[in-house]
Amino acid sequence: MKEYFGNIYSALATIFIGMKITFKHMFVPSVTIQYPEVKPQLPERERNRLYVNMDDCIGCDQCARACPVNCIEIETTKSIPGEDLGKTSNGKKKALWVTNFTIDFAKCCYCQLCVFPCPTECIYMTDVYEFSEWDRKKLIYDFATLTPEERQQKRDNLAKFNAEKEAEKLKAASEPKPDIKKDQPEEK
Amino acid sequence: MMYDFLVDLFGNSALANIIAGTIQSLLPLFVFILPFALFAVYLERKVSAHMQDRLGPMRTGWHGWKQTIADILKLIQKEDIVAKDNDRLLFNLAPIIVFAGSYAAFAAIPFTSIFIGTEVDLGIFYIIAVTGIVVAGILMAGWASNNKYSLLGSMRSVAQIISYEIPTILVALSLVMISGSMNLHTLSEQQTGYAWNWYIFGGPGSELSKFLLIPSMLVGFLIIYISTLAEVNRTPFDIPEAESELVSGYHTEYSGMKFAMFFLAEYANMFAVSAIVVALFLGGYQSPIGYLGDLIGAKWMIPIEQFSWFTIKGVFFVFVQMWLRWTLPRLRVDQLMAVSWKYLIPIAFVNLIIIGLITLL
Repeated sequence: MKEYFGNIYSALATIFIGMKITFKHMFVPSVTIQYPEVKPQLPERERNRLYVNMDDCIGCDQCARACPVNCIEIETTKSIPGEDLGKTSNGKKKALWVTNFTIDFAKCCYCQLCVFPCPTECIYMTDVYEFSEWDRKKLIYDFATLTPEERQQKRDNLAKFNAEKEAEKLKAASEPKPDIKKDQPEEK
Repeated sequence: MMYDFLVDLFGNSALANIIAGTIQSLLPLFVFILPFALFAVYLERKVSAHMQDRLGPMRTGWHGWKQTIADILKLIQKEDIVAKDNDRLLFNLAPIIVFAGSYAAFAAIPFTSIFIGTEVDLGIFYIIAVTGIVVAGILMAGWASNNKYSLLGSMRSVAQIISYEIPTILVALSLVMISGSMNLHTLSEQQTGYAWNWYIFGGPGSELSKFLLIPSMLVGFLIIYISTLAEVNRTPFDIPEAESELVSGYHTEYSGMKFAMFFLAEYANMFAVSAIVVALFLGGYQSPIGYLGDLIGAKWMIPIEQFSWFTIKGVFFVFVQMWLRWTLPRLRVDQLMAVSWKYLIPIAFVNLIIIGLITLL
């Protein structure tokens, strides 16, 4: 009998305790973040989309070699004598035209391994993470700053230069040696 | 009364009676139940969200108020799937019967002093009898679905509704003993005046028996609230549609508008049982503090005020149902039966006897 009424009492009492708790929680500010309008504060070392600052890139290919999934593709073209490519922000002289620099973010695993080898710190992680696309091809980002015409021009220039050099070499081979030494300062 | 007004409006013929009856019977559905169901679904989501420190629907309209309207539009467009092995006739009939059963209860619920679906003298008896049809509909749905989860859910539901009808009836019976009427309209009229005339505070009058009745009435109120909660299959008594065990119980196989019918019936039922509790114990449509219409001498305002009071009381108890839902865990089947047969029914019986003795005084 005592147990019976004890059960009733404990049932009612615990129900009221529970109801009190849930009622209090009705007025607790919610923890929901209204995502597109309010964005959560990301941690300082978060890893998201890469960015390449092409002003500083010397086309050394170290990031592409570090990449475990081969998502970075770099094509460089040597500059021909007389072209001034400028310097990077930490004083390195640029010697290569970067005619192609693509990162395929569909492949990228956001491991950040490409960031550390870069001698000029021009490739780094940004805080952009909203870049989904309907088409996978749109995830291949081209960072090279040259226009397609310019790229072709640079390649043609080099090819022309090489051809000229080759022709000169052939010419030099048929001529006596001193002549080559004489030509060399002009080339540089 | 509204019905007489309508009959007069259409010219007092046999046809006018039919037209007036049709309008009278459809009024609660379109004026009350559909908007209420939309509002209650929204309220449920918001209450549950805020109790769990979430926000709930926020994206459609201001604080997501258009969400349920969008949901209904979606449900209307959905394909009506009837699986190959379903019993077509029963499967299609079940949602209609479930909704009809819960809607029929509204016929005897007085919304204001001038509007009650039908002034039937058996009021509360009729409501309890007609909501019994819902049991048949639920069992039909579970059986015709040809799905073990649906069948289990509907069997549990039937067992539950039948056992919890007994305490409900016993408490309603004690009220009938005090008031001498089964008509909810009369019951509400008896509780006129101020809040202390409500049956939860012993009913009208100021004799000794009124004060002796108060503890029994509080007990009765608790019992009828708990048992009606079980009758509408709400948590903590939601074992018929226990999501974690039975997918969704008897409406697992339903889609589109038929599912919406079950949903509508559930919310209509929630309000119906709240309205019964309110009409029996909390003065029905009566105001606890008197009417503004009486104060400023505008008699036409009183029904509007009564309707608002009725809605406020009803929605408050619907809110308490939701509150309980998001507070308590689900009962086990044996616990559910134990609560009914070991606790509610004996206490309701003792309560009935005590109330009978007091009314004899």
